[in-house]
Amino acid sequence: MSTPTLKKMRLTSTADLQQLQRTMADALMQPLTRKDGLSPEVRAEEFITPNDRLSASQRLEIYARQYWFRLLDCLHDEYPALRAHLGQRRFHQTCRDYLAEHPSSSWTLSQLGSRLPEFLQDDAARDVARVEWAQSQAFEEAWKKPLLIDDLLGRDPASLRLGLQPCVMLLQLGHAVDQFITALKMGETELRGGASQAHSGASARGRVRRVPRLKRESVHIVIHRHDNRLYFKRLDREAHLLLSALRAGMTLAEAVEAALADASPDKDWSALIRDWFCEWSALGWFCHPSKNPPN
Amino acid sequence: MPANPHNGHSDLGIGLGLRVPHYRHILEQKPVCDWFEIISENFMVEGGRPLEVLDSILEQYRVVQHGVSMYFGNAEPLNRDHLKKLKRLAKRTNTPWLSDHLCWGSVGGRCSHDLLPMPYTMGVARHTAQKIKQARDYLEVPICVENVSSYAEFRQNEMTEWEFLCEVVEQADCGILLDVNNIYVSSENHGFDPHEYLRAVPHHRVGQIHIAGHSRLDHVILDTHDHPVPDPVWGLYAEAIQLCGNTATLLEWDDRIPSFDEVHAEALKANRYLHEHAHA
Repeated sequence: MSTPTLKKMRLTSTADLQQLQRTMADALMQPLTRKDGLSPEVRAEEFITPNDRLSASQRLEIYARQYWFRLLDCLHDEYPALRAHLGQRRFHQTCRDYLAEHPSSSWTLSQLGSRLPEFLQDDAARDVARVEWAQSQAFEEAWKKPLLIDDLLGRDPASLRLGLQPCVMLLQLGHAVDQFITALKMGETELRGGASQAHSGASARGRVRRVPRLKRESVHIVIHRHDNRLYFKRLDREAHLLLSALRAGMTLAEAVEAALADASPDKDWSALIRDWFCEWSALGWFCHPSKNPPN
Repeated sequence: MPANPHNGHSDLGIGLGLRVPHYRHILEQKPVCDWFEIISENFMVEGGRPLEVLDSILEQYRVVQHGVSMYFGNAEPLNRDHLKKLKRLAKRTNTPWLSDHLCWGSVGGRCSHDLLPMPYTMGVARHTAQKIKQARDYLEVPICVENVSSYAEFRQNEMTEWEFLCEVVEQADCGILLDVNNIYVSSENHGFDPHEYLRAVPHHRVGQIHIAGHSRLDHVILDTHDHPVPDPVWGLYAEAIQLCGNTATLLEWDDRIPSFDEVHAEALKANRYLHEHAHA
């Protein structure tokens, strides 16, 4: 945990300062003991002085607890549906394991949970986490000046490229997470509301409530923001493919071709696509494409 | 209020931290409040409600930015992404000065999201001052650094906290955000005289003062910002005003936040010390 020379080390260079800070960060980010104490592996006395009331370890433990409780609180607030799905105890242990493997790497706590979905092994839990992470992004991402339907009329589909608002999130899932979250919201008020993303810190842990069942079902959903509130919307598979292709930078003609490659010939796709574009334009989902479309 | 180069020659009085539970009250009732301090990082986003609220607040009130992630004391260089977003926000708010803490918080790509104490040495003071100057040059806004509460001290310390603070601000030629609650908390945790601390800081560099409450546990006081300002902190505040002159003052209340009116009433208690000083 610490270098043998640290106790006698004088800070004579930036490298020395960096070594001291690495040692302290290692100590703080070591998982806490079962009783939320500082890991016994930490040699706090090597770099922290005791006082007349607290040992070096006890003084450092204050910071270690602050680190873990602050980050756990953040995930607790960021993933309320996952918490309901896993149950308090399993969620809490999952978050501790996640943070041990993925300590925060950004100056903003809003990125803390970004890798939680991929960290989860269970398909259902991962789907729930993907939706909640997409909600966070939809809440914070930019809203650009929207293109209106009139902006699209008369344009050549072979050359027309459309951007999607950054706050519009497209997801393909194996579980009906939208219904799960809606049912949860009907049963409680604690879940994420549309009007606030603040980490309150005052979380209601340990309350027992009936958790709705998460149904296995292949769904395509979009999460979007309107008047600073988040909404779910289910999409047809082809609509999802079409929007994804546009976001990837394809022209309108290419996107339609990609979306309908395996589509049933029994539907009037022209009429459907026209209706979709009217609706999506009315919601303001289209904007000028960015210079570097996402892969 | 004393205008000085470190607070952009502004004349702000008593302000409050802008907090989510008060958004609705402020936007609907438009209470009289001299200024609001925002946590910069909460508004360094691309869109959504935070920026919409901020823009509405800016139409009515003066706003000063207070940061928690610049980490002047990190051994590593300043984070360019953070600075870029901070500058963009500063242009939006037209903040007369920017403040952040005299602390470190991240190393090797890992962030603690805490205000960790510095080792008090001359070399570290030099390194920290250099980074404050770099930030100010890039941001083009005066910077005040805030003394933090601490619960631990390094074996490597070669000077007191206030000697370190003086070294840093003199070398960086920057301002001080003097947090009198933090002085009190650290004095209790480390057993030093808070009045000696207050007397030692360069008073002409104090651009802003923070007041707040704290929590006293068995063997340590924690800087929790979840109580009214206790009497010993008011005492230090009165002394700070005597030494520094009437200074822009902000009450921090960040947890178990009561109504806006209650928080505002607590902050306005500072008036009695400001007025006493004015009439002394």
